[in-house]
Amino acid sequence: MSDHTSLDLMELRERLRASNGKDYWRSLEELADTPEFHTFLEREFPAGLRAPEMSRRRFLQLAAASLALAGIAACSPTPPEQLVPYVKQPENLTPGNPQFYASAHILNGFATGILVQSDTGRPIRIEGNPDHPASLGAADIFAEASILSLYDPERSKTILHNGQPSSWDQFDEALSKTLTASPTGQGIHILTPSITSASLSDLFRLYIRQFPNAQWHQYDPINLDNVYAGTKLAFGQAVLPVYHLESADVLLSLEDDFLFADPGRLAYTRAFTDRRRVHGENSTMNRLYVVEGTPSITGSMADHRLALRSSDVERFTRALAQRLGFAGAAPSDIPDGWSRWLDALADDLKAHPGTSLVTAGMGQPPVVHALAHWINATLGNSGKTVTYIAPLTTEAQGDSLRSLTGTMNKGSVSALLILGGNPAYSAPADIPFAAALAKVPFSVHLSLYEDETSAACAWSLPMTHDLETWGDARAYDGTATILQPLIQPLYETRSSLELVGEILTDKQMDAHEIVQTYWQNATHAGDFDAFWRKSLHDGVIANTSAATVNAALNDFSLPAAPAAASGLELIVRPDPSMWDGEFNNNGWLQELPKPLTKLTWDNAALVSPATAQSLGLNNNDLVTLKTSSGSVQAPVMILPGQADDCVTVTLGYGRTKTGHVGSGTGFNAYSLLVLPTWFADGLQIARTGGTYPLATTQNHFTMEGRDLIREGTLVDYLQDPQLGYSAPELPSMYPTAPTGEYAWGMSIDLNACVGCNACIVACQSENNIPVVGKEQVETGREMHWLRVDGYFSGDMDDPQFAHQPVPCMHCEQAPCEPVCPVGATVHDDEGINQMVYNRCVGTRYCSNNCPYKVRRFNFFDYSDPDLKILNNPDVTVRSRGVMEKCTYCVQRINRAHSTAEREGRRIGDGEVKTACQTACPANAIVFGDISDKTTQVAQLKAQPTNYALLAELNTRPRTTYLAKLTNPNPALASDQGA
Amino acid sequence: MIMPLYGLMAEFTNPADLLQAAQKTSAAGYRKVDAFSPFAIDGMEDALSLHSSKISYIVLGGALVGMLSGFGMQYFSAVINYPVNVGGRPLDSLPAFVPISFEMAVLFGAFAGVVGMLILNGLPMPYHPVFNVPEFKEMTRDRFFLCIEARDPKFDADMTRQFLNSLRPERVADVEA
Amino acid sequence: MAADQPASPQTSTPYARIDDRISSFVLRRSTPRGWLIGFGIAFMLSLGLFGAIAYLFYTGVGIWGINIPVGWGFAITNFVWWVGIGHAGTLISAILLLFRQHWRTSINRFAEAMTLFAVAMAGLFPILHLGRPQYFYWLMPYPNTESMWPQFRSPLVWDLFAVLTYALVSLIFWFVGLVPDLAAVRDRAKSRFAQIVFGFLALGWRGSARHWQRYHQVYFWLAALATPLVISVHSIVALDFAYGIIPGWHGTLMPPYFVIGALLSGLAMVLTIAIPLRKFYHLEDLITDRHLDNIAKFILAMSLLITLSYATEIFMAWYSGNQFEEFLVQNRALGPYAPLYWLMISCNAIMPLALIFKRVRQRPLFLFIIALLVNVGMWTERFVIVVVSLSADFLPSSWGIFVPTVWDIVMLFGSVGLFAALIFLFIRFLPVISISEVQEEAAQSAEGA
Repeated sequence: MSDHTSLDLMELRERLRASNGKDYWRSLEELADTPEFHTFLEREFPAGLRAPEMSRRRFLQLAAASLALAGIAACSPTPPEQLVPYVKQPENLTPGNPQFYASAHILNGFATGILVQSDTGRPIRIEGNPDHPASLGAADIFAEASILSLYDPERSKTILHNGQPSSWDQFDEALSKTLTASPTGQGIHILTPSITSASLSDLFRLYIRQFPNAQWHQYDPINLDNVYAGTKLAFGQAVLPVYHLESADVLLSLEDDFLFADPGRLAYTRAFTDRRRVHGENSTMNRLYVVEGTPSITGSMADHRLALRSSDVERFTRALAQRLGFAGAAPSDIPDGWSRWLDALADDLKAHPGTSLVTAGMGQPPVVHALAHWINATLGNSGKTVTYIAPLTTEAQGDSLRSLTGTMNKGSVSALLILGGNPAYSAPADIPFAAALAKVPFSVHLSLYEDETSAACAWSLPMTHDLETWGDARAYDGTATILQPLIQPLYETRSSLELVGEILTDKQMDAHEIVQTYWQNATHAGDFDAFWRKSLHDGVIANTSAATVNAALNDFSLPAAPAAASGLELIVRPDPSMWDGEFNNNGWLQELPKPLTKLTWDNAALVSPATAQSLGLNNNDLVTLKTSSGSVQAPVMILPGQADDCVTVTLGYGRTKTGHVGSGTGFNAYSLLVLPTWFADGLQIARTGGTYPLATTQNHFTMEGRDLIREGTLVDYLQDPQLGYSAPELPSMYPTAPTGEYAWGMSIDLNACVGCNACIVACQSENNIPVVGKEQVETGREMHWLRVDGYFSGDMDDPQFAHQPVPCMHCEQAPCEPVCPVGATVHDDEGINQMVYNRCVGTRYCSNNCPYKVRRFNFFDYSDPDLKILNNPDVTVRSRGVMEKCTYCVQRINRAHSTAEREGRRIGDGEVKTACQTACPANAIVFGDISDKTTQVAQLKAQPTNYALLAELNTRPRTTYLAKLTNPNPALASDQGA
Repeated sequence: MIMPLYGLMAEFTNPADLLQAAQKTSAAGYRKVDAFSPFAIDGMEDALSLHSSKISYIVLGGALVGMLSGFGMQYFSAVINYPVNVGGRPLDSLPAFVPISFEMAVLFGAFAGVVGMLILNGLPMPYHPVFNVPEFKEMTRDRFFLCIEARDPKFDADMTRQFLNSLRPERVADVEA
Repeated sequence: MAADQPASPQTSTPYARIDDRISSFVLRRSTPRGWLIGFGIAFMLSLGLFGAIAYLFYTGVGIWGINIPVGWGFAITNFVWWVGIGHAGTLISAILLLFRQHWRTSINRFAEAMTLFAVAMAGLFPILHLGRPQYFYWLMPYPNTESMWPQFRSPLVWDLFAVLTYALVSLIFWFVGLVPDLAAVRDRAKSRFAQIVFGFLALGWRGSARHWQRYHQVYFWLAALATPLVISVHSIVALDFAYGIIPGWHGTLMPPYFVIGALLSGLAMVLTIAIPLRKFYHLEDLITDRHLDNIAKFILAMSLLITLSYATEIFMAWYSGNQFEEFLVQNRALGPYAPLYWLMISCNAIMPLALIFKRVRQRPLFLFIIALLVNVGMWTERFVIVVVSLSADFLPSSWGIFVPTVWDIVMLFGSVGLFAALIFLFIRFLPVISISEVQEEAAQSAEGA
């Protein structure tokens, strides 16, 4: 049937393309009567036809129906002779054996190396690229979830001119007309997000040479303006710091969430956690101090955390610098509370010259950055724990956008081409960019989605997804990677490269050609083909990491210290799941429980318990947040660890024009954001009297004195590696463990886990786990097989945080199994607690009887049969009414089994890696055969800190944990509950 | 004309008279005698010298069969035919097999008893000669009947009628076969 | 009643009077308005149930409030509640029979009927609550190509066998008891249709002495089997929970605790039906104050035992020193569901204490109110056991709250409606009181006199 439709569509497209102008409309009218056209519209634009009250889930189901057809429709123009029938199997491609291609995921311009799993020509999963410095084999949630955006049925598919369907031909015509109108490029502006792509930058250089008066602006709401400004202040030149946490013993983060927000997040997480492992002979740990306003995952890993309003961080830093010898830095009035902290911290830093590191967060003003660099320099850390490279992105992006808006308002912008990004939404509150767009006669937005900016522009062009096209980008350390397409573009789309190329040459350009030509010229490699193949294969271009520039401190003077802020303060942060809003229509990320709050599908106004009390606020209370720059209504969420007298909001929600997944979620914090710093004083907060339901996956955050997360200090550990816990082997009347060829088991290192959620998304994409929607999450029906429990301990005003990933424990004496009346969950001889979906009748007794509550039930028909193009073919899609749960990625185990069998050998250690394990940047999850004592997992389980969750139940879990260790400063020890 | 006769039936108005009559009848040596009453009458078994029935043994037999088959089925499935590792429990987890064995015993016992009772009583039997006596309709209400069957060796239409009349019934009726 | 003339206008004996009266309920032409109204309401509620079931099958169990961790909600609560109610009938007809409690005779018939209908309601829910109800038969052992078997270690399978056995045995017990009366109705019936129907059902019963002998033996044996059966059934239902490791479920106390609860709720339901029944049909001379008084005493005794169970549960939690058990007790009494817990205590443990006073026991209205309260209290108890235990077990991170949806409620009251409707039909179309046994009673008392 689909063939038939595709024919209709091809015909339809041909007729649309052939016709133009008036007769175009006539032809459309003709078409409008044909049934094909009705079905075409119906499937192509389901959103328009959907009732608004329909739930997100329902939408996903329906909208995805458009996918199949849309895909065909998009492919249909491809000349038939290029379609190779699949009669003769291509070598090196065995159906069922996935192939991995190296590419990169780009966030704010910075590349993270990825391996894309392609199954018979279909990209279905994204993992980290072990050879890539910014990935080291791990992947972050954004990279992993980007595969869902690729197949998102709500992607922008058609060219719209003032809201009416148009065609590329018509756009090309209009474009060349505009370009020819101003030969010098006068009044022609290009606005892009941060670009690190060498080939694209090169095109822009050529372009500026050709049109000297044209201008190129770069803007990202989450940018490095403060970093560059700070280095300018400290060194007289803008440089980009690259940290080397592996050689840092003492770290101080000045509200720098380097485990999440920094372009080097994955590499930093790896280096940071490696230095916290205390196994065997190694008995040293790094020590992390964090000063921040709102709890971040970096703060959750701190040995000492000081909750300060963001505005106080500068005064804190000045005081610290003073103690370290920066005369006259400190403000006069330092709260007594700080001094003990400051002394201890200063001493600790002094005691570790060359092996300490101070980092400052992007949202902090340049002074803080400058002082951080000054401290690093004076302590001799420069060149050891931190090096500097030339900027990879443009400076002062905020100012750039501001000046552009100014020119637009003056009416002297004749053409504005916005290539990616969504500035109409993400412009700060004090830059009226969206309004200014109206003053631009020829405005173009090339974008993955039809969003706020597309709506405000004359032309809305569908953009090619990074997995569909060629490109390149650089990592946090400058290493370049070539992006290669994994699939033919699903729709008639173009990439920024192609569009800029077209602007230059006034003819259509091919991204592949552009990238290849650039690197051909750029590299003087003798054998380019070899170079090209190697670069594509490795996912990195050899020796492209940026050279370190030596940044000499120039003695700089500080502006006067700001006075102690008073009143309420507003803090703005990138959202842990939505980032700046780019992923707003991504179901996986929308439903991903945010670290620490476990909030899904919304953002909230975070306040500390004390502040909530003083303001008389409760969870879910709807309040109006008002600053000088704007106001917004937000639901309140009380978060222990939040600094008092400040309210934190996150970006990326409250979109007015987005898909059905993202629409109606959260509130728009951009209306309060004023760059360059991410905080503002003079916040007024007023209860509206209403409430707003927030869907969290965890409602209880204290351990109730139960032995769930074992924790101890390094000192304790060195005295008693058992940390005072005894693990007696409990007796059992049952026969001993299953005796298979292998005994699969998992070890999770709570000391390494930073709670970044990468494992959850990895599991979701590996195991075809459905998205259920906010309403279902509220009812308590989220489907994640792997969850990360978060607990607060100690004083609620200064709590400690712990993350605990909880997959199925695969108990040897599983309570879930004997209660199943039909034997739908049973054990195999390798110790895997198996779930037989086809046999399950859905009594849910297994879940009731699971003390870890890791089982998930299909209360409705959650699976999306229409999203099957994204599904992992090795994993069953579960139907309504059956139970499901973590399988230890049994499909991967079975693949390893067959390979090993074919090659007549045992499965090697590390040959089977679970999805969560591959994603984990901290190497916190290790899986393998525990019967072989030489395997990594067996050795970890032999650690004295190894323990089983709820061991007293004697379920004999195959998944065990390694206790969490902290390394508090003795001078501050009494601060800590531990 | 001679009607084929099933027997003669005497009608009484209360259980005591019927019981007395029954005693006298069996004393008189009649054997193919039966009494009909709306409810069971104490001592009627002895009066008609009926042997105790086999119901008890039938129930016991049924219960045993039920128990064994129940246990056997579980053991066969869990240990021999479909052995799987369920929560690390031993295959022959006997205590777990007790409840079903018990239930099966009760079920089979009960059914054996009822079916046995019906078979021994020859029920269901919608037609029976005694129903030919019009007054018999009143039996279930408040009438009590004693019937001497024709196949009784001692049976003689006139003698027996006389004998029955000697018991002072309401009336004596012929029961047509 | 007077309107219905005895079948034959002779000098009517006491037996005849009994027979005429009871059979007349069935054979009367006109249907009383009260019956029609009551049945109408019950039928409406039943329709609600059927509608809800249709929607359930179409959409899935997600229409209920259940979630993870609370995988069992109203459905299982209703199941346990109904099974419990189903116990009184057998108690009265079997156990009292064995103990030669002759006062049972005039109430056992409808008590048994009540058992059957209650068990039918109970049987409904375990099937409905399945994620894939169309495969409920997978719990039964039957030959299949995959040579798959049920997992006999699961208490749910025990449960299936127990409840099914109980339903079947109760059914034949009830039917066997009915046969002589069906014969009586057959003989009273005037319309050909009634004659045929009841003649068919009566199996040609003719009250032969030999038949009576075997009949009594088998009836006795059925009682002897039903007595341990009734204990076993609710013990096994209790094992559905005791077998689990969840705090509040995992305890050896559960089986006796459940059996007692079952008898309590069952007897309460007997009163709930008996009192209006005797008032409406003027059966005060058959269902006498003595009956009510005896049942009331039973309820009092059971309520005291339940109170003991509650106390034991709390004691064990403390005595075990198990932090999870301790927390559970706190959570029940003070947690989010605390009001229900206290409702349960007051309805099951406190209110029935009023039955200590004869004056209360002699006032049907009071009895009726207390019976209703106990019904409510017992349902609440099941809810507390099922839901509250699940809502907060071992890992605080996975604690959750169950909130019933409209469908949960529709199905609860729908099942009550269907149950009532069946009771109404029974009262209208079958002898609610055992004719032959009451006559036997009369005979014996006549002898006694």
